[in-house]
Amino acid sequence: MVLDSKIPSGSIQEKWTNHKFNLKLVSPANKLKYEIIVVGTGLAGASAAASLAELGYQVTVLTFHDSPRRAHSISAQGGINAAKNYPNDNDSIRRLFYDTVKGGDFRAREANVYRLAEVSNNIIDQCVAQGVPFAREYGGLLDNRSFGGAQLSRTFYAKGQTGQQLLLGAYSALSRQVGLGNVKLYTRREMLGLVVIDGMARGVIARNLVTGDLERFAGHAVVLATGGYSRVYYLSTNAMNCNATAIWRAHKKGAFFANPCFTQIHPTSLPLHSEQQSKLTLMSESLRNDGRVWVPKNKGDKRDPREISEEERDYYLERMYPSYGNLSPRDIASRAAKRMCDEGYGVGETGQAVYLDFSDAIKRLGKQVIEERYGNLFQMYEMITGENPYEVPMKIYPAPHYTMGGLWVDYNLMSTIPGLYVIGEANFSDHGANRLGASALMQGLADGYFILPNTIGDYFASNKFVTVKTNHEEFEKEEKSLSDQIKRLMSINGKRTVDDIHRELGKIMWEYVGMSRNEEGLQKAIQMIRDLREEFWRNVKIPGNDMDLNQTLERAGRVADFLELGELMAIDALHRNESCGGHFREEYQYEDGEAKRDDENFCYVAAWEFEDLSNWELYKEPLVFEYVKPTVRSYK
Amino acid sequence: MVKERLNLTLKIWRQASPEAKGKFVTYEVKNVSPDISFLEMFDILNEELESKGEEPIAYEHDCREGICGTCGMVINGRPHGPLQGITTCQLHMRHFKDGDVIYVEPFRAKAFPIIKDLIVDRSAFDKIIQAGGFISVNTGSAPDANTILIPKEKADLAMDAAACIGCGACVAACPNASAMLFVAAKVSHLSLLPQGEPEREIRVQKMVAKMDELGFGNCSNIAACEAECPKEIKITNIARLNREFYRAKFLSEIKE
Repeated sequence: MVLDSKIPSGSIQEKWTNHKFNLKLVSPANKLKYEIIVVGTGLAGASAAASLAELGYQVTVLTFHDSPRRAHSISAQGGINAAKNYPNDNDSIRRLFYDTVKGGDFRAREANVYRLAEVSNNIIDQCVAQGVPFAREYGGLLDNRSFGGAQLSRTFYAKGQTGQQLLLGAYSALSRQVGLGNVKLYTRREMLGLVVIDGMARGVIARNLVTGDLERFAGHAVVLATGGYSRVYYLSTNAMNCNATAIWRAHKKGAFFANPCFTQIHPTSLPLHSEQQSKLTLMSESLRNDGRVWVPKNKGDKRDPREISEEERDYYLERMYPSYGNLSPRDIASRAAKRMCDEGYGVGETGQAVYLDFSDAIKRLGKQVIEERYGNLFQMYEMITGENPYEVPMKIYPAPHYTMGGLWVDYNLMSTIPGLYVIGEANFSDHGANRLGASALMQGLADGYFILPNTIGDYFASNKFVTVKTNHEEFEKEEKSLSDQIKRLMSINGKRTVDDIHRELGKIMWEYVGMSRNEEGLQKAIQMIRDLREEFWRNVKIPGNDMDLNQTLERAGRVADFLELGELMAIDALHRNESCGGHFREEYQYEDGEAKRDDENFCYVAAWEFEDLSNWELYKEPLVFEYVKPTVRSYK
Repeated sequence: MVKERLNLTLKIWRQASPEAKGKFVTYEVKNVSPDISFLEMFDILNEELESKGEEPIAYEHDCREGICGTCGMVINGRPHGPLQGITTCQLHMRHFKDGDVIYVEPFRAKAFPIIKDLIVDRSAFDKIIQAGGFISVNTGSAPDANTILIPKEKADLAMDAAACIGCGACVAACPNASAMLFVAAKVSHLSLLPQGEPEREIRVQKMVAKMDELGFGNCSNIAACEAECPKEIKITNIARLNREFYRAKFLSEIKE
């Protein structure tokens, strides 16, 4: 099989316009005949479902939450990028494109990224029209701020709750369509299986999380908008219920998984403070607009940070990356923090933290301005740590946050299974090996509002569809296999809890497939994950009944999938003999510790086909750079 | 410095199904770090129950950052616990003392039926939004964002109202189980903005009618909702809701 990315020909400025023109249309009357199943209601899923229903398609939406508004997009704090150039600081579509390709360390498709930058401005217009209360200037115009990896201000924000407000915008658009009867919404349904008939995605099977019943949904296309897989690390900034099950089950049905080892470790999370902790909390990157990152110049300096004088402080980001300073991209800032801590300069009880200090900004701008900008984040910090960040510098440390890898999709956002579309964080498409801050919201909404609604019609218009009902034998077969798996899980009745095994997996992943990786560790990790998976299926314990609301069973299914995905991440990381973006292989670095990319041998998307457990076949989609020449990615 | 660990007695509402009779069940949790969150303490208890083969306590939670609105327990009689302005997941154990007895119940309201243990069905909130809590704008039809000027003060007020996370604490806190603060927050957010103007009258009428239909009670100015709201949404929004409602009913041609 040859991977066809379907990137249109022509100059980069015209690709999307030409492509749209060349896509076949479905007439308004015929749209009614097509049913689309959308799984997930985050920014990508909700915006897609609403937009598709507005066009006239029949849309079914599934979410495992109690309400579509709970999706994890809601937690995004800092902002959303767009190339509006409202501040007159020389921004353009071209520059947003350039920054994103460079930020992704030249491992993303140019055509996709350009399109993303192109539609970014429409997103802001759309959201404002919906009533998203973005921050404004006194004259009534929209305000912008800066994020990592950019030397200008292109980030739109709504206090520290941008994700919430954008999601509520998409949720209200979706709710409107539910109210109009154009969307059938099913809450508390977790997709467990994909149904493929005659090689096309024609339905899903979901578990009703209240009754335990397996329910069947048939359609002409399936859209997965189910987010990323950082919870494979157990401790991450992701919400507790984030998981990879939907994409993983689709992967096992034939959808290739691209660049699984490209994961993002976010530099500004709260450090681990107790072994009883279940989750890490993110502090928005926007804090680095005004906060300065430092460690003491003397190793093991345990003094109160306020007693450490300017001369005794190492503002290491400003020192190492003078042109971007504290706004260096996430992978760079995370690795630098780890390096400082590994070398013994870390602070706090564990030595696994660095300072993020606002005292200069407070002196310069006054406490009130800082409070206006970051009040809710400061409050959150104090709530968790018991320390007042207006007085004492914050302590931060990197944490798993976002996954650039995901299901492989072509330019139309379709996976290698015809009729299976993947949008938002669940696909791999736009961020390469590292995502820039405030670009996840942009991509989720670009996919959902503006790209998928255009591309999906071409699939309907170009294919013949046999009628499929939910009593089709493929539904029977899939349901039987899912129910057997659930019965098997329930019958193990071993000794270890689901969380206990998940924690162990998380430790393996963090240690060997985390911020820095090496051949020996990755090989070790692969074996450890296999052993742990074997133990899981022999020794996990799930109390209760499967025909009931059973949260332990829900988690068990997700951990079972993480135990397979984790292995693929390690295999991918092992095969990629270079360092790029969030993937740092210790063997491949420059003398100063910067990542050493190998464009000659690894300038491709690694797309893995599932053959069997522990057995994947690698396909390579070469990446061609015509407009941004790959160079050593310098932020110095 | 080693901080003192806590040993606690929890009395937790257990109820197997909507129809089943519920009751408080007593649990002892030992050796709890004061640095962890209330829900992390629940995780410890649940893991202990699971290792004994007992069914863990069903409760909802997700982001653990106070923004998704999923979590919600009544802790010692107060939705989201004893502190002001936070969700259950943001409550930390340092606010409890060694030896404390803590009562934990679900949010109780006729419109929020119990599903299991501490999990309630809050889909009534979604139904209110579906009835009219939006601005009708199809994808692709928006003008340039900066053609709509909004005074900063207005945008800020709208933002304060839009901060609602839909957790339902306001309903749980209200003796009438009223959803007025929830509805008021959305009506305020949208009616304060020029984009919300065209549907200003019809929106408030539809949302209020749906709220009444779903079995939420009336507002009798007790203000418990404001006191318990994790996002500290003000009851001045309820005043605005009432104004908007009367304005629509008495002055507007557009009727529901």
